[in-house]
Amino acid sequence: MTVVARELKASFAFVERNFNLTKRYWGWELAWLTYGVAGALSITLIGADQGDRRLLLTLMIGAIFWNYLGILFEILADTIQWERWEGTLEYTMMAPVRRYTQLLGSAVYAVVYGLVYTTFILIVLVLFFGIDLSRADLGTTAVFMLIGSLSFVGIGMMAAILPLIYVERGAQMTFVLQSLLLLVSGVYYSIDILPGWMQLISRFSPATYILDGVRRGLIDGMPVTSLWHDVWPLLVMALVLIPLGVWAFGRAERYAKRTGKLKRVG
Amino acid sequence: MTISLEPRPAIPTLGREPATPAPVDQAVSGPSAGEQHLRPAVAALLVDHVTKRFVVGRKRKPVDAVDDVSLRIERGEIYGILGANGSGKSTLIRLVSTLLTIDSGRVEVFGHDIEREEMAVKRLINRVSVDAAFFKKLSPWENLVYAARLYGLDAGHAHADAVRILTRLGIGRSRMGRPVEQMSRGMQQKVAIARALLTSPTLLLLDEPTTGLDPRSKLDVQSFIEELRHSHDATIVLTTHDLDEAARLCDRLAILNEGRIVTEGTPAALIEQVAREHGQPPTLESVFMTYTGRSLDEDVEENASGEDDD
Ligand SMILES: Nc1ncnc2c1ncn2[C@@H]1O[C@H](COP(=O)(O)OP(=O)(O)O)[C@@H](O)[C@H]1O
Ligand SMILES: [Mg+2]
Repeated sequence: MTVVARELKASFAFVERNFNLTKRYWGWELAWLTYGVAGALSITLIGADQGDRRLLLTLMIGAIFWNYLGILFEILADTIQWERWEGTLEYTMMAPVRRYTQLLGSAVYAVVYGLVYTTFILIVLVLFFGIDLSRADLGTTAVFMLIGSLSFVGIGMMAAILPLIYVERGAQMTFVLQSLLLLVSGVYYSIDILPGWMQLISRFSPATYILDGVRRGLIDGMPVTSLWHDVWPLLVMALVLIPLGVWAFGRAERYAKRTGKLKRVG
Repeated sequence: MTISLEPRPAIPTLGREPATPAPVDQAVSGPSAGEQHLRPAVAALLVDHVTKRFVVGRKRKPVDAVDDVSLRIERGEIYGILGANGSGKSTLIRLVSTLLTIDSGRVEVFGHDIEREEMAVKRLINRVSVDAAFFKKLSPWENLVYAARLYGLDAGHAHADAVRILTRLGIGRSRMGRPVEQMSRGMQQKVAIARALLTSPTLLLLDEPTTGLDPRSKLDVQSFIEELRHSHDATIVLTTHDLDEAARLCDRLAILNEGRIVTEGTPAALIEQVAREHGQPPTLESVFMTYTGRSLDEDVEENASGEDDD
């Protein structure tokens, strides 16, 4: 068996395991879905309240996308946190699997799960508000979600490090990272209203470009070919962030093994 | 009754070094004279002056959990590590399992250096710890398939093996589909053993596999370990703080005290030596007392947090 085939097969272990877990915790999944729909709906209703169609769509996309990001983060960070809680972390870490394989498996599952979940919310909201998407370019939306996911997989890997290093509160610390991204990326407002220094930071958040691309595709029906200025930063970030994520994870693993932090307790 | 597992696959020779272990008989008896062309047998496990220190917070003083330990375990042996709670048994097992880095010293598994050839070593070993850790909502079967895939095994093949091993351990096929959390501790531990065996480890690390089990499960697990010696070409390292278990299962024993090995030998030789040199009653109990100055039930350190350490 070649190395690639072997690692691909092993990465399927993570996809399959996560799928099985989702199946067993289906009650929770329903609860999360309800939570996601209700959250996105209430934010989008602000737009309806103002009687502004563009605001409504802007908020809807922001809310749905924010959900998607949260899911990617949560599943990737859970790669460590969940296993520590179950006590299986040591078994997974001692298996002959490369770390990028494990992260790849978790990432693939997170992206597929996140897309299914957010598509569902999108459909509910579109039906609820009777939104006409006939002018939208869904292809543009899909391209941005996929390319954008790559950068977020990189960031998610780095988020997964936190529970590896901080045994007790690591998972909660990923929320801090998320809220900072929320602040600077123009999820619910245009980044133009931010102070100059914040706008500078927002240039380094992949979410800024994804949101811009998705909005132009869904609201204005722009084809992806005329949005190259949003595409290339995402590609560059993916190219930097994924290797950086794998590298950082490896460093954190080494640290955890030196200080004895892989075990379930302290 | 014997279990019939598939014939063990050849040990993969990965990494740069051609470190294929010698055949069993040769490893046990050593190369005979006049056969100089044969390489000397490679140890199943070589631990060479290994030390591991934990620093927990700035206030507490560092713990030398494993302190200059050296061991050589031959292929096919069941090697026991006997020690009180907190003596460093689990730390030693974790060091060999690549779950902790070594501060100083060297570990080799069948000639593969654990740091330089980590992947090769990982393919050769597996570990069962005192807490049978599973995804509790998943079934034994789902847990085992997950483990099998991580080791590059095929799910169908793994299924047949898992059924065989679990049947032998008294767990019926019908239980394999229900969540692990519905099983007793004893059963969970058996599934944990099955999970480890599924990957055909050449070096099996059992970290207190029977601690906390009910007497019946304990006996089941012990006789299964005994069987493995015959049915399976595995080398086993077993940590325990049960003297009877050590006497029954182990070919050789080391006694670990505060991270250091204080004595090593076959159970019979240790008992005989203590009786002869110290005039003690011929039991493992007195061997332990003689070398550690305490009885096995005393904890090395009172754990203030009450953490139930494995
Ligand atoms: N991950 C860890 N972090 C900090 N200290 C540890 C860790 N693991 C073990 N120790 C300490 O090392 C010593 C040996 O522990 P351990 O190897 O678990 O002993 P045993 O398995 O023989 O009960 C104990 O003092 C324990 O508190
Ligand atoms: Mg222990």
